[in-house]
Amino acid sequence: MSKTSRTSITMPSSAKQGAIIEIRAIAQHDMESGFRYTESGKLVPRDIIRTFICTYNDVEVFKADFYPGIGANPLIIFTTIATESGTLEFKWAGDDGYEAVNQARITVS
Amino acid sequence: MKTNMNLLSKMNRRHWMQRIQNLGLLALGTCFVPSLVFAKKEDADVTIQKITGGAKIQEGKVTLTIPPLVENGNLVVLKVSVDSPMTANDYVKTIHVIAEGNPLPNIFTVYLTPRSGTANVTTRVRLADSQRVWAIAQMNNGSFWQGSAETLVTLSACTEMV
Repeated sequence: MSKTSRTSITMPSSAKQGAIIEIRAIAQHDMESGFRYTESGKLVPRDIIRTFICTYNDVEVFKADFYPGIGANPLIIFTTIATESGTLEFKWAGDDGYEAVNQARITVS
Repeated sequence: MKTNMNLLSKMNRRHWMQRIQNLGLLALGTCFVPSLVFAKKEDADVTIQKITGGAKIQEGKVTLTIPPLVENGNLVVLKVSVDSPMTANDYVKTIHVIAEGNPLPNIFTVYLTPRSGTANVTTRVRLADSQRVWAIAQMNNGSFWQGSAETLVTLSACTEMV
């Protein structure tokens, strides 16, 4: 069973070569921690996003492992150096076959 | 005979009621003893041990920013920055964030490269209790550095019912 959800990337669409750009990546996800109980006492199973990978023209520049300690709708803000024009690809993967992909283009001058 | 049966079923009911009451007390007990529910400092130490493999951790370089007073532990903005030039010869490889009072001490791990430019990462985390949060950074030369921040949480995450 494959799941996906809405994701959003905020980053500049153009930058000077060598400049440090800030990227904000957010995915819509409950991040069910697996530590909560229903009122009838049943444990709610864990369902979280496990990994986040950012590739810049197919070169991995950033990776993160998430645990239940990450809040719902995980937002991660990180930086990278604008080296060349191209595409940044963002991939989230998690429990129960969750997968989400987003892309953003950047023009480097 | 009939009255006897009635008495028996009554007895049974009373017995059950008592049992249920006892269970309720037990459940209440676990609510008031958070040490049974949440990880302790030792768990965090074990997690840190696993990360470093027993290597020495030096204080400094790492700055962890969280609000000193948190109203709702479900969404706490956490910022980690490591003092590093981020060049090919000297950069931060990984940053681990550990919360000693959470049921699972690990919060997140990020992997950086010289192409990151800076070692600044911001995200939103859950905190189960008032506690100290640690950030441990591993440099490309294998050395470990740590920083920490203390926070007060008034409404904790993970304990609420669904």
